[in-house]
Amino acid sequence: MICDSKTDAIRARQSAVRVDLRAVCASSLECAPHPSAPFVNVNCPAVLRLDTTLPAEGEPLSWFGTLGIRSFCGRQREEKDVIPGAFTYHRPSSVAEAVAILVSHGDEARPLSGGHSLIPMMKLRMAAPEHLVDLGGIADLKGITDDGSTITIRAMTTQHELIASDLLAQKLPIIRETALLIADPQIRYVGTLGGNVANGDPGNDMPALMQCLDAAYVLTGPDGERDVPARDFYEAAYFTALAPEEILTAVKIPVPPAGHGYAYEKLKRKVGDYATAAAAVVLTLDGGTVTFCSIALTNVSDTPLYAKEAGEILTGSTLDTATVARAVAAAEAITEPASDGRGPAEYRTKMAGVMLQKALSRAATRAAS
Amino acid sequence: MSDIEQIPVTMTVNGKKVQRFVEPRTLLIHFLREDLNITGPHIGCETSHCGACTVELNGMSVKSCTMFAVQADGAELTTIEGMANADGTLSALQEGFRQMHGLQCGFCTPGMILRAHTLLKENPNPTEEEIRMGISGNLCRCTGYQNIVKAIQYAAAKLNGTEFQEAAE
Repeated sequence: MICDSKTDAIRARQSAVRVDLRAVCASSLECAPHPSAPFVNVNCPAVLRLDTTLPAEGEPLSWFGTLGIRSFCGRQREEKDVIPGAFTYHRPSSVAEAVAILVSHGDEARPLSGGHSLIPMMKLRMAAPEHLVDLGGIADLKGITDDGSTITIRAMTTQHELIASDLLAQKLPIIRETALLIADPQIRYVGTLGGNVANGDPGNDMPALMQCLDAAYVLTGPDGERDVPARDFYEAAYFTALAPEEILTAVKIPVPPAGHGYAYEKLKRKVGDYATAAAAVVLTLDGGTVTFCSIALTNVSDTPLYAKEAGEILTGSTLDTATVARAVAAAEAITEPASDGRGPAEYRTKMAGVMLQKALSRAATRAAS
Repeated sequence: MSDIEQIPVTMTVNGKKVQRFVEPRTLLIHFLREDLNITGPHIGCETSHCGACTVELNGMSVKSCTMFAVQADGAELTTIEGMANADGTLSALQEGFRQMHGLQCGFCTPGMILRAHTLLKENPNPTEEEIRMGISGNLCRCTGYQNIVKAIQYAAAKLNGTEFQEAAE
């Protein structure tokens, strides 16, 4: 099968079809299929260098950030050195214009938000869109508004802007807490909420948080807008409810009651790493009894996980040890992590439980009783 | 590949307005180094981990290896080449790195200084913790960061007109 995008390659691998990535490679250097990567048959040295770190069946494809690629300082760039594939650049000034470009080019076009997921994939030629639709010129896609019961964050709002927002600090402080654990300062200046949730990378932190908060994503396409709950949006790694001609334009978050307790606990090996496991908790207490509890988990499955049962177990409890243990067990039971550099699957499941336990106790101390 | 469309980009780099035609796929770091011959920003990992390519763009620290030059159209950029004072003397940060031995091989230094520059603009009086988190997107393989932190503290003190007190080891 010929693949011309990373998502195609993943889909093909899921169905155990031999993947030919030549279509994404512009270089003409000769090479044979690599024995450690039998499903990849490529001509491009950029892709060849992936061989040793290609993930095993079922592992998430978050390896692309760990590769060393030679640099080209000190001499003129040559065609074979140019890292991303060629594309036509579009910079629309309105959402309608952007959607029209997506409609006219179909699968060959990709929207570009902050670019910190897409550009690394393009450098590896795992994504090679022929048309890149830069959303950076659409003023309408920025900003945070509050209508009292719902906070709407427009898609191109950066992590840095989320962290700096007084409105969010006051009404949804868990967003700031989570954003501060994403990547590093430089990336947070550029990376956006919309890109983080729309990309479908199970390592991203915001998707689980949005499930915890029961947010809805506004998807804008040629036929107008539709709202999709974050809890229904994710289908598999990099597969979401977003259609190729749609743009995720905003995230709508119901405001939790004043005095709610919250915590996002993330275990990671270093700054900039994806979570080994992470847990988001929002709860309310009344006289020491839990009146509401919502839980979601990051990077312990193909998709973010809304831990519905665990939240239900805790509702009505006093967060006593036995009930917390039952809820943690229920949350661990829905995890399906891959064994990778972050640890064996069993360890990552256990760490999801530990993160949940820590998040629950921190959320409880923050909640007004 | 002469059939690839070249599009014009205009930006202000270290106070000077520049205009060039680029292929849309040209990364900002390649544009700076090869089209403008501004080689202060370094190419380290080229995967947005190491921070050696950090420049200031419209008041933000960005990794220029993970941005297309066309995305920076109309922007104002500062690189290490634009950091010295107008009279050619070292800026407070440059002086701090020199006085506190904030560099050994120097490869990370242009990125470190540019990151610290933006950090101090946003937070003129950072704690040690805030400095460490502030430069967490910049890797240094020589110093162990101790002297980089001191260099930034030195610069903060100098910019604030206070006396720099080196913490006891």
